[in-house]
Amino acid sequence: MSSSKPIATTRSVMNLPTGRLALWWVIASEIVIFGGLLGSYIMFRLSHDAWAEQAAITSTLAGATNTFILLTSSLSAVLAHQAAERGDGPRAAKMLRLTVLGGLGFLIVKSIEWTGEIQHGYTITSNLFWSFYYTAAGLHGLHVIAGMICMLIVARAAARNQELQRVEIVGLYWHFVDVVWIFLFPLLYIAK
Amino acid sequence: MPSWFMPQASTSAVEIDNLILMITVIVGVWFVAAELVFFWLIWKFRARDGVRAQYVAGEAKSEKKWVSYPHYAVLVFDILILIFALRVWNNIKISAPPGEERVRIIAQQWAWTFQHAGPDNILDTADDIRTVEDMYVQVNRTYHFELHSKDVVHSFSVPAFRLKQDAVPGRAINGWFTATQTGTFDVQCAEICGIGHGLMPAHLHVRTAAEHQAWMAEVAGTGAAPAEAADMGTGEVLAHADTARVQMGAMQ
Amino acid sequence: MSAHAIAHEAHGHHEHADPGFFRKYLWSTDHKVIGMQYLFTGMFMAIIGGFTVYVFRMQLAFPGESVPGYGYVNATAYNSLITMHGSIMVFWVAMPVLIASFGNFLIPLMLGCDDMAFPKLNRLSYQIFLLSALVVLSTFFVPGGAFGGAWTSYPPLSASAAYNATPWGAPMWLIAVILEFVAFLLGGINFVTTAMNSRAPGMKMFDVPIVVWMIVLASLVFMGSVGPLVAGAIMLLFDQLIGTGFFNPNTGGDPILWQHLFWFFGHPEVYVVLLPAVGIVAEVMTVFSRKKLFAYRTVVYTALATSVISFFVWAHHQFIAGIDPRMAGIFTVTTLIISVPIAEMMFVYIATMYGGSIRLATPMLWALAFIAEFLIGGVTGIFLGASGADVYFHDTYFVLAHFHYTFFPIAFIGTFAGLTYWFPKMFGRHMNETLGKIHFWGTVVAFNAIFIPLFLAGAGGDHRRIFDYSAFPELASLQPLRQIATIALLVLIAFQPVFLFNFFYSMFRGKRATANPWHANTLEWAAPSPPPHGNFPEMPVVYRGPYEYSVEGREDDYWPQHVPPDDVTVDGPVEAPVAAGGH
Ligand code: HEA
Ligand code: HEA
Ligand code: CUA
Ligand SMILES: [Cu+2]
Repeated sequence: MSSSKPIATTRSVMNLPTGRLALWWVIASEIVIFGGLLGSYIMFRLSHDAWAEQAAITSTLAGATNTFILLTSSLSAVLAHQAAERGDGPRAAKMLRLTVLGGLGFLIVKSIEWTGEIQHGYTITSNLFWSFYYTAAGLHGLHVIAGMICMLIVARAAARNQELQRVEIVGLYWHFVDVVWIFLFPLLYIAK
Repeated sequence: MPSWFMPQASTSAVEIDNLILMITVIVGVWFVAAELVFFWLIWKFRARDGVRAQYVAGEAKSEKKWVSYPHYAVLVFDILILIFALRVWNNIKISAPPGEERVRIIAQQWAWTFQHAGPDNILDTADDIRTVEDMYVQVNRTYHFELHSKDVVHSFSVPAFRLKQDAVPGRAINGWFTATQTGTFDVQCAEICGIGHGLMPAHLHVRTAAEHQAWMAEVAGTGAAPAEAADMGTGEVLAHADTARVQMGAMQ
Repeated sequence: MSAHAIAHEAHGHHEHADPGFFRKYLWSTDHKVIGMQYLFTGMFMAIIGGFTVYVFRMQLAFPGESVPGYGYVNATAYNSLITMHGSIMVFWVAMPVLIASFGNFLIPLMLGCDDMAFPKLNRLSYQIFLLSALVVLSTFFVPGGAFGGAWTSYPPLSASAAYNATPWGAPMWLIAVILEFVAFLLGGINFVTTAMNSRAPGMKMFDVPIVVWMIVLASLVFMGSVGPLVAGAIMLLFDQLIGTGFFNPNTGGDPILWQHLFWFFGHPEVYVVLLPAVGIVAEVMTVFSRKKLFAYRTVVYTALATSVISFFVWAHHQFIAGIDPRMAGIFTVTTLIISVPIAEMMFVYIATMYGGSIRLATPMLWALAFIAEFLIGGVTGIFLGASGADVYFHDTYFVLAHFHYTFFPIAFIGTFAGLTYWFPKMFGRHMNETLGKIHFWGTVVAFNAIFIPLFLAGAGGDHRRIFDYSAFPELASLQPLRQIATIALLVLIAFQPVFLFNFFYSMFRGKRATANPWHANTLEWAAPSPPPHGNFPEMPVVYRGPYEYSVEGREDDYWPQHVPPDDVTVDGPVEAPVAAGGH
C-alpha cells in the first residue's frame, strides 16, 4: 500500500473529478435498487385498494417533520460544500456535523414513530402494506446511517483541511438520500 | 424433431413440430453457412512464409457490405420466424377453440389431483370425479382445463401433447387441448418444486368415447374417487425415492 | 489532460519497500494482485462446480449407484447439487473470472495507468466477494443441507423452509448472492470510473481495446439490471426469515413478481458474461490473424445495442409461467430482435480473418472454438425465443444444452483463450504449447460430446432437475444419451489436470517471456512481463488505435499504440496529443 494516490486516481479525462464521477455511478446503482422496490410497491398498490386504509394509519405528521428535518440538513450540507470550496476546512467540518445532527433527528423521530406503530400492532408481518412500509423506510434509514458515518469520517479530515473535495461528494450523497425520502413520503404516507 | 422421440398426440403437437422444423431449416442453413465461411477463411488465410496479412479496416462501405447484407437478411428471416411463432402461440395460448369438456388440475407437493366435470360437464357438482395421478380424457374432444397449485409453482407438462403450463399458487390458469390419439401418456411436473420434483409424474389416459363413457359410469357407481391427494411428507417422499432406487438397483 | 497533469505524473512515481507476503498477496491494493485473487478463487470454485456436475451426472447415467468419491445421491442431495452447480458456475466462476479477474488485470494495463482509480475500493470488493464465496460453500455443511430450489430460486418454494426443507441453506444462499452482487457493484463502479477518467494521454474513446469496452459495458449492464433483484432479494430474505409475505399468495403477495425481478436481471446477466468473453476473443483473433479488427466501431455499436435490448427480453423465460399470453407475444418480438446485433457481431469476427495470416497457436484455437461453439448456443436460442416452440422446449434439456453451449464457451473456452494469451504478461513465462493443444482438443471434443446428446434428450422430452427418470416410462429410451453425456464429461474432466499442470508448472518453470512475445499492439505489452507495482516504468502515451496490424508500408506487421509516429522524436518532455474531455 502506498501512501500517495495512484496516477489513475488523479487523471480526469472526462474533466470531472474522479470521486464525483464514481459517486454518480453509486447513485445510479442505488436508484435502480430503490426503483425496483418502489416499482414493486406501486404495482401492488394499484391492485390493492385496501392499502389506502393502512396508509391512513401512518403518521403524516411524523413523516412531514422528517421531511422538514432532512431538507434542512441538506441545507447545511450545501453550506459545508461552500465552505470547503473556500478552503475553510473547519467550517466545512462544523457544517457536516450539523448535518449529521439532522440525520440523528430524523432517526429519533423515526424510532418514536415506529415504536408507536409497533405498539399498536402494526408490524412488518401485519400485512403487505406494512411489510413494504418497514422495508422501504428501513432501507432508507440504513442509507441515512451510512451517510452519517461517511460525513463524520469526512468531517474529521476536513477539520484538518485534508481531502476537502470529499465534502462535496458526501454532500451529494446526502442529497440523494434526501430525494429518496421525497419519493417515500408521498408513497407511504400521503397516497391514501 | 420431437416427433422422432414422441408421438404427436394432440392438435397442438403437429403445429409446434412444424414450427420447430421450420426454425431448424432456417437457422440450420445460416448456421452451416456461417461455419463453412468460418472454416474456409481459417484454411484460406493460414499463415504462410512471406505472405503478409492485408490491411482491411472494414469501415468502408465496399468492405462493410460483406457483413451488413447478411445482417439485413437475418432481420428478414427473423421476421419470418416471428410470424410463424406468433401464429402458433396465438392458436395455443391466446385464442382457444370452444371447450367441449372441462377438467380442473390441482398441483401440490408432490402429487396431481384431477377433478373431471363428470357426466353433467359442469365443475363443482356432485358428479365430479376426482382422481389422483391419473387423468382420463376422451379423444378428439376439446378440453378446457383450469390449473391450480396449492403450495409452490409446479408445471403441468404433457410432452406427447406439446403442452406445458405452470401452475401458480393464488391463480387459476386456463388452457386447452384436443387429444388426437388414444393411449396413455406421461404427465411431468416441469418446474422445480422441492424434494419430490422428480417423483411427480401422472398418467394421461386418452380413450375413445365409448371407453370413456364406460369409465365414467364405472366410477360414478363407486362414488367419486378419493377427495384429496394424500399429503406426502418429506420423510415419506425420501422413503419413496429410496425404494425407487433400490428397485432400479435390483433390476441391474 | 493538461501539460501540468503530465508533469505531475512524471514524478508521480513512488518507491516501494518490499511489503512482505501478507501485504503483497493478501492485503494488496495492486490491481494485478486483486485480479489474481479473483482468478484463483474462481478456479477453485470451478473445481467445486465441476465436482458437483460430476456427482449429479453420474447419478443421471447410473441412477441409484453409489458415485465414487461421493456416495449415494438422493433427491434432496441432487437438488442441492444442481442448484449449487448453477449458482457457483454463474456467480462464482464466470463473473469473477471474466469480469473481475480479467477486468482488474487488464483495465489499468490496457488504459496505460498504474492502478484502478480506487484501489482500496477494489480490495474491499474482493474481500466481500471472498466472504460471499465462503458463505455459499459453507451451506453444504449446515443443517438441512444446501439450498435446492434451483439457481432461479422461485418462491414460494424458496420462501419457506416448510416447502424447501433447507432452513439454513436457503437464506444463506440468498445472503451469499446479495454479497456477491455488492462486490460486483463496487468493482463495476471502479471499472467504469477508471475507464472513463484514467485513460492514458491521447487515448480516445475509439482507441480503447475492445475487451475493455466489453468489460465496462458488462459492468454497466450489471449495474442497471441487478438493482431490482437486490430489492427483491431483500424482500425474499424477509419472507424467509421474518415471515413477511411479499411473494406469498396467501397474504396478497405475488410469486410471479420474483420471476420478473429475477429475469430482469437474469437475462442481462447472460450478456454480462458474454461481453467480456467476446472482448477477449477480439484481442486474440486480431493478434493471431495479424489483422485489424473488421469494423471496430460496429463491434462497439452491436455490443451497445445488445446491452440495451437485453433489458427488454426478460419474460422469454416466463412464456408459460402464467403471465398474460399477449405480453409473451411482445417478448417474442424483442427476443428475436436481439439476434440481429449478435449475428452482426459474429459476422464481423468472422470477417476479421479475411486477408489475415492466421497462426493456430493455443490462444487462437480457443478463440476460434469460442466462435464455432457459441454459434450453436446462439441459434438454438432462436428456438426458445419463438414462443410457440418454447411451449415444448421450456425446462427441457434442450434449454439446458442451449445455455451450456453459450456458458461453457464463455466461462471456459473464452477464459482459456484469455489465460493462455495473457499468461506471459501475468507471470512472465510461457505455457507449454503441446500441453496446451492436448488440453484444447480433449476439452472441445468432449464438450460437444456432452451437450449434443443432451440437445437430443431435450428434444425427446427429458426435463430438467430430475434426479431419476424411472418415473417416466416415455423417457426410458433416452438413457443411452444420458450415459454418453456423462462419459464425455468424465473424458472432459480427465483432460483438465493437463491444464492445471501446465498452468502451475509454467508459472515457475516455463520459458521466460519477453515484454511483447506475441507482437501485439495494446498497452499492456508495453509494460515488463510481469508488470511491477505501478505497471509502467514510464507512463505511456497513445498515438493510435489498438488494432493497427499489417499496416502497409511499415516493416513490422504491428504498430503498438504507444510507439510515436515516425515523425515524432521522443526525447524531451512528450507533448501528448490533446485528448478533449468528454469526446
Ligand atoms: C451467456 C449465456 C446466454 C446467451 C448468450 C444466450 C443467448 C440467447 N438466449 Fe438464452 N439462456 C441462457 C443463457 C444464454 N442465452 C440461460 C442460462 C438460460 C436458462 C436459464 C434457466 O432457466 O435456468 C437461457 C434460456 C433462454 C430462453 C428461455 C427458455 C426457457 O426456459 O423456456 C430463451 C427464450 O427465448 C433464450 C433465448 C436466447 C436468445 C434468443 C439468445 C440470443 O442472444 C442468441 C443470438 C445469437 C445468434 C442467433 C447466433 C448468431 C446468428 C447467426 C448465426 C445468424 C442466423 C440467425 C438467425 C437467422 C436468427 N434463452
Ligand atoms: C457458467 C455456467 C455453467 C457452466 C460452465 C456449466 C458447466 C457444466 N454444466 Fe451446468 N448448469 C449451469 C451453469 C453452468 N454449467 C446452470 C445455471 C444450471 C441450472 C441449474 C439449475 O437448474 O438451477 C446448470 C445445470 C446443469 C445440468 C442440469 C441439472 C438438472 O437440471 O438436473 C447439467 C446436467 O448435465 C449440467 C451439466 C454441466 C456440465 C457437464 C458442465 C461442464 O461443462 C463442466 C466442466 C467443468 C469442469 C469439470 C471444471 C473444470 C475446472 C478447471 C479446469 C479449473 C480451471 C478453471 C478456470 C481457469 C476457470 N449443468
Ligand atoms: Cu411439482 Cu415439480
Ligand atoms: Cu434470457
